[in-house]
Amino acid sequence: MMRRVMVRAVFAAAMAVPCTAHAQSQSSATSDANIDARAAAISATLRCPVCQGESIQDSPSELAGQMRAVVREQLVAGRTPDEVKAYFVGRYGEWILLEPSMTGMNVLLWAFPVLLVIGGLWLIAVVVRKWSAQTPTPDS
Amino acid sequence: MNWKRSLIGVGVAVPIIGLLAFGFMRDPRAIPSPLPGHEAPAFDLAVFAPGEAPLARKVGDTLRLREFAGKVVVVNFWASWCLQCQDEHRDLSETARAYADRPTQFVGVLYNDRTTLGTRWISEMGGQSYPSVTDDRSRAAINYGLYGVPETFIIAPDGRIAYKHLGPISSAVLGKWIDSLLTLAPRADTTAVADK
Amino acid sequence: MIGPVAHNALIVSFAVVLFGAAVAPFAIRSGRRDLLRLTYASVYTNFLLVSIATILMVVALVAHDFSVSYVAAVGSRSTPLFFTIISLWGALEGSILFWAWVLAMYAAAVVWMHSKREGNLVPYASMTLLAVAAFFAVLLIGPADPFKPVFPVPTDGPGPNTLLQNHILMAVHPPLLYLGYVGMSVPFAFAMGAILGGEAPSNTWSQLSRRWMLASWGFLSAAIVAGMWWSYEVLGWGGYWVWDPVENASFLPWLTATAYLHSVMVQERRNMLRLWTLNLCVGTFVLTILGTFLTRSGILSSVHAFTTGTVGYYFLAFIAIVLLSTIVFVAGNSDRLRTKGSLGGAASRETVFLLNNLFLTAVMLTVLVGTLYPLVAEAFRGVKVSVGEPFFNRMAVPAMVALVFLMGVGPALPWGSTSWEDAKKRLTPPLMGAGVLTASALAVGARSVYSILAFACVGYAAVANLREYWIGARARRNAHGENWFVATTRLVGANRRRYGGYVAHIGILLVALGVAASSTFRSEREMTLRPLETLTVAGHTVRFKELWLRDEPQRSVVGATLDVISREGAIVDELQPRMNFYKVSDQPVPTPDVRSGFRGDVYVNLMAFDPDGKTATIKLIVEPLVPWIWFGGFVVVIGAVIGLFHGAKRAERAPQAAAEPVVSAPEPVSVGAQ
Repeated sequence: MMRRVMVRAVFAAAMAVPCTAHAQSQSSATSDANIDARAAAISATLRCPVCQGESIQDSPSELAGQMRAVVREQLVAGRTPDEVKAYFVGRYGEWILLEPSMTGMNVLLWAFPVLLVIGGLWLIAVVVRKWSAQTPTPDS
Repeated sequence: MNWKRSLIGVGVAVPIIGLLAFGFMRDPRAIPSPLPGHEAPAFDLAVFAPGEAPLARKVGDTLRLREFAGKVVVVNFWASWCLQCQDEHRDLSETARAYADRPTQFVGVLYNDRTTLGTRWISEMGGQSYPSVTDDRSRAAINYGLYGVPETFIIAPDGRIAYKHLGPISSAVLGKWIDSLLTLAPRADTTAVADK
Repeated sequence: MIGPVAHNALIVSFAVVLFGAAVAPFAIRSGRRDLLRLTYASVYTNFLLVSIATILMVVALVAHDFSVSYVAAVGSRSTPLFFTIISLWGALEGSILFWAWVLAMYAAAVVWMHSKREGNLVPYASMTLLAVAAFFAVLLIGPADPFKPVFPVPTDGPGPNTLLQNHILMAVHPPLLYLGYVGMSVPFAFAMGAILGGEAPSNTWSQLSRRWMLASWGFLSAAIVAGMWWSYEVLGWGGYWVWDPVENASFLPWLTATAYLHSVMVQERRNMLRLWTLNLCVGTFVLTILGTFLTRSGILSSVHAFTTGTVGYYFLAFIAIVLLSTIVFVAGNSDRLRTKGSLGGAASRETVFLLNNLFLTAVMLTVLVGTLYPLVAEAFRGVKVSVGEPFFNRMAVPAMVALVFLMGVGPALPWGSTSWEDAKKRLTPPLMGAGVLTASALAVGARSVYSILAFACVGYAAVANLREYWIGARARRNAHGENWFVATTRLVGANRRRYGGYVAHIGILLVALGVAASSTFRSEREMTLRPLETLTVAGHTVRFKELWLRDEPQRSVVGATLDVISREGAIVDELQPRMNFYKVSDQPVPTPDVRSGFRGDVYVNLMAFDPDGKTATIKLIVEPLVPWIWFGGFVVVIGAVIGLFHGAKRAERAPQAAAEPVVSAPEPVSVGAQ
């Protein structure tokens, strides 16, 4: 049993080392802070497929690291952030986006909080005006 | 009692309860892939495990999806650390052998694993009839929208992905798809070559 | 042996709670109030029986009695005793048993403390609590029975979920969460009791219910912070909140409970918002059940979702019953609860409370809708979508920043009304705090408008709340010649509810500051190191010494030893991030190591290692002010405790002297009734 555990430990290590080595060499080769920042911003909106709810930016999993590398490479190759996202949506479906696109029915989701606050502020304005009018003298 | 207001409240609550009830009819983990029906992403991957005659390929050879145009291609992503891969291994290996004389091609893609561990796993499992390839930095896996292993893609002779299978696949499912795809007239001029 | 005894105890408890709940309305309607003793007796009996079942479960876990299904599912001979005991709440059935036990305890406490009270409030509240207890009893003898017999009896089990046996905070977070969650059934029970007993149009019931809500709110606040701390210490990427459905489920009732604790003050002072406050009370309870449903039914995938059988269907039925019956009750009686609002003027604390309730409700609904939207999208579009951190950060956090700002405005404004000139005078000094924090944030390199605004609001509110103490203590000093310390202590003692509230505000501000600073100024780097190589992030350096391996009964641990090196080159600390390989799981569980300081954390995680022990891949994260979040949570709890002890003495000298506001703060309003 213990042996099997150790075998797993070894493979886990083995799996991870090569990929991080790649990531290292790339980021030192093109140390473009601008690209890095844009890659991080995009990665933060892509959901890690092998995790639960984490973005590929946050996830320590190996696939997430490889996906971050893909994001970066595509940016270096001149793709726009929208094109990079579209690539991942084409492979994984809309599920991959941690914030739904502002299209179609999703607009309702995005509009809801805004309308809620605007409506609430309006309601409070009306109510405060109405209720203050009823008691013209402050009770101090 | 103010029944009118009660009714309005109930009218708001019932759709919410309905929505939650709807939640039961679906599996949050089953995420449909957008790929079936679309052209299979191309790959050029190096063989590390040769497979067995008559399906064997030399170690180091590059398997290109485009050379398999006109065939039914079964692409299986696996890893030595994946427990469920052990369940499907025999079915895959035997199905590949059974269809050896038909226009089919099986490819195993090793996912986030070391080739030494993969080779050892194959010998521990009693061999694999078809070749397996390595996937550097999981580029093919990401191109195929992989969520985990095992996952199996069945590609039609025209180069389109016909089916994606999550989890261990069985001979029955493999046979059903391969048979139905083989009966479709295979087109010689395939479009699976377009590079993404 | 243990299984059948405990199972029968639960069956009897089901009969007892049904009986007790049925007797109450009969006793009240028929005028035979002596029969109510039966209801109260059944509350105590239920507590006794569920306690027996819970203790037996702990005994079975500790004794490794694998003939009990729950033990067979989560027990293991190799798990350390401590984690064996806390696996009581580590999986579905055990957590339901624990829930039922906490509920039984709350019900017994309510009866113990309030059963001598006149009127129909407490009888109906007891009935409500018994009805809720009946639902959990049904679960325990049916779909979530933890005492099912197992045959043949296995010799060993798989052990608890590896994520849950990896950290000591798993002994703290779930009990606090249940104490908070389940405690919110009590204000709900009082609300139902008030409606059924006809007390709803008065303030008498809310004085009971708000104390219970405050206690539960304190527990839930502590639970949320403990949960954040757990994520931070266990999940290995240096974050503490990802807007996961389970986190959202704990946050939703916290938001409505917070709104309730504020609106109930307006209700008591001003006799308005009565219906709204009652709705918050009921809504909080519904959200606790909804949250439990979301995490127990498996309809949303989430980090900590429990695996389930049919329990989800029962929860859905329960939600439907609770939602529909309370809507009918509350809406049906709403005419009686409507009160004419009256405000002195727009520039008043009441207005700020209205805004506070608006933003708390807006955050709650945004989070709720965002959490449920994947279901909506799938129902109407047939597409799976995700709603995650970026959405919530963008849509919910601005309202939270607004709430922080309001925390500074509310305490500075008087009840009633004031002139705009006076309001301006009161609201200007805290701007100094906003200026200081904004300047410091800019100085250390904050550039996004968003985070600068957050720092400004935190600084504003901090000065505003601290200033309340200063004004009050200064007034006491001048009036009684006390020194600052005595003046401040007596000030708090004289109005614990108010100054406890300000303590809680300061706690929340510490949390907000920690969150703003750690998310704005976080820096990290990942690198593969050979021994004696160093990694530096934001002026913090670690040097890799060696890899080690340790075998424990239930797991193997691979660890890396790293020295923390000061700028001068001296070794100041040693960190040992680990990777744990549990026998029962494929996935290694990381244990990052953290060096905490006043100014922030140095967080190190072992990402990967070379099998020959030659290299280790280390992630080094530097996050400023993270410990302030945990400390802030502690301060919030202190605030809740101070507020809770309000009124214990006060209730005895019933008609309160209006003396306190006169000395405590130069407020133009002293309505007297508190």
